[in-house]
Amino acid sequence: MTKDVPIRSHSFSIIGIITSLNDKFERFVDKKAAILFPAPAIMILVGLFAVPIVYTLYLSFHFWNLSTTTAPIPIGFDNYLQVFQTERFWAAFRHTIYFSSLSIMIQIPLGLGIAMLLNRDFIGRGLVRTLFLFPMMATPVSTMIGWRLMLDPNSGLIGLLASWGLPRVALLSDPFWAMPTFVLADTWRWTPFVSLILLSGLSSLPEEPFEAAVIDGASAWQLFTYITLPLLRPTIFVAVLFRVIDSLKVFDTIFVLSGVGGGTRTYTETLNIYAYSESFEYFHTGYASALLVIFFFIVFGFSLGLAKVRRANDA
Amino acid sequence: MLNPGKLGKKNLRWKRVFRTISFYLLLMVVMIPFFIPFYWLMITSLKNNLDMISIPPKLIFTPTLANYIKIITENDLLQFGMNSAIVAAGACVVGLLFGAPAAFGIAHYRIKSLSMSILLARIIPGMSLLLPWFIWFQRMRLLNTYQGLIMAHSIITLPLTVWILISFFEDIPDELIDAALIDGCSIVGAFVRVVLPISLPGVMVAFILGFVGSWNEFLLSSILGGYKTQTLPVVAYRQIEIFTLDWGGVAAAAMILTIPVLLLTFVVQKHIIRGLSFGAVKG
Repeated sequence: MTKDVPIRSHSFSIIGIITSLNDKFERFVDKKAAILFPAPAIMILVGLFAVPIVYTLYLSFHFWNLSTTTAPIPIGFDNYLQVFQTERFWAAFRHTIYFSSLSIMIQIPLGLGIAMLLNRDFIGRGLVRTLFLFPMMATPVSTMIGWRLMLDPNSGLIGLLASWGLPRVALLSDPFWAMPTFVLADTWRWTPFVSLILLSGLSSLPEEPFEAAVIDGASAWQLFTYITLPLLRPTIFVAVLFRVIDSLKVFDTIFVLSGVGGGTRTYTETLNIYAYSESFEYFHTGYASALLVIFFFIVFGFSLGLAKVRRANDA
Repeated sequence: MLNPGKLGKKNLRWKRVFRTISFYLLLMVVMIPFFIPFYWLMITSLKNNLDMISIPPKLIFTPTLANYIKIITENDLLQFGMNSAIVAAGACVVGLLFGAPAAFGIAHYRIKSLSMSILLARIIPGMSLLLPWFIWFQRMRLLNTYQGLIMAHSIITLPLTVWILISFFEDIPDELIDAALIDGCSIVGAFVRVVLPISLPGVMVAFILGFVGSWNEFLLSSILGGYKTQTLPVVAYRQIEIFTLDWGGVAAAAMILTIPVLLLTFVVQKHIIRGLSFGAVKG
């Protein structure tokens, strides 16, 4: 790693000075490379992540509407108090929890089942696995437009099923069914993600425990519950963690399916949609900032709680 | 004479055939629902105005490309496609310029403390970044510019690039880098002349996945972009809000938007899960 010492005679000519400077620079780079390589990326991340977050925090303690020309007025914790006193916030909180828990309760078992299926050897496995990526890779706006067309009670799949005798329900505008329908669309979009994470976990499991259990006469179901599931637990945890974080922040799916408004808003508005509405519909900038800070801590809290549960289980 | 052994073997074979068939049936039953929305989108985009409003919907009809021709010619869709491509490519270049050295640093010097900060970045609601950006972009006149959108989209491409390249760089043996250093390369030289060229596939994967991520992005573009820089997802979404709603046109726009992504999925399928789970699992 050590560089040659620059030849002394060089240091009297201009070229020599430059060479020696360059040498010094390179030695500096060599020594500090561990910091220098990531430095530009860290600068960008600070600029694009950290600074805006600090600013959001700052705004959350101020009264400010972006639509007016007045400067932000400091008001302490008033925005936070106001958030907690707003029924619309608590409704959004409940809807978010409902959406997330239902999504995860469906997606994890379903994803695991499909992963078990895809883990077997069959003709066209590679192709099926690739095609299975489509729902999560395809542009969300496009696929959710597809869902919206499908869910039309007249000209959609619902209309077709209704002509076969099933009830004709306008799922997206029904106060009760709208949320389960969002969950269904979300499940369609993210189950492949869960499956493929679990599949990569399955394919890296050791073979010996299975062989030993088969020799001992274990049934397929016993193999699954006593060996596969416990060994797969770390991977399942990763899948759950990602789904918890992302489903609490659900936006595109609901936004494209029913827009910000729609007749079911009072029944389906989630925290992220509510934050969007306060930020960019009403321009309650200060209030929205406080809402976003609280939202961050909700997502953070759930992730942390999950990590704690996992550690407790492992110990 | 009866031969029980032979009969047993035959039985076993039939059992196996039966199990194979039921496996493929189950696979089909489970997989097909995942493609129905795509199918519905496609047939809607190919229907003429009359078939579109038929109740119940027709599954058999004469397909027409009229919706595609109309949406492309009436809406300047090519220009918006260009916008999407410029923003996505720009964000990928930013992601690579800043992300590749970072990934090398992390892989080569085995910096461990980054995974938590990546997770934190995923937890932060995008909206809490978008609100300040919107305020600042407004003041700096960056709203409705390519530069602004590229900057915003680089929060998608940069973390993705770093994680994908880390896993590629970790596969490069240290001896190779040491050999370059002994030959008189600086560590920067070793990175540029040795590590990057042999990681070209990784760079391609990072570029493609970043491109798809930015191409698909809707919220940032809809707030920070304007008419001039409108990207395709925003155009497709705005079609729904137009008063004289033309579902055939919307479906055609949605198809045009997503077909390139589906094609790219085939190119990078092996690396997708690793990339999207930010290295949490080896895909």
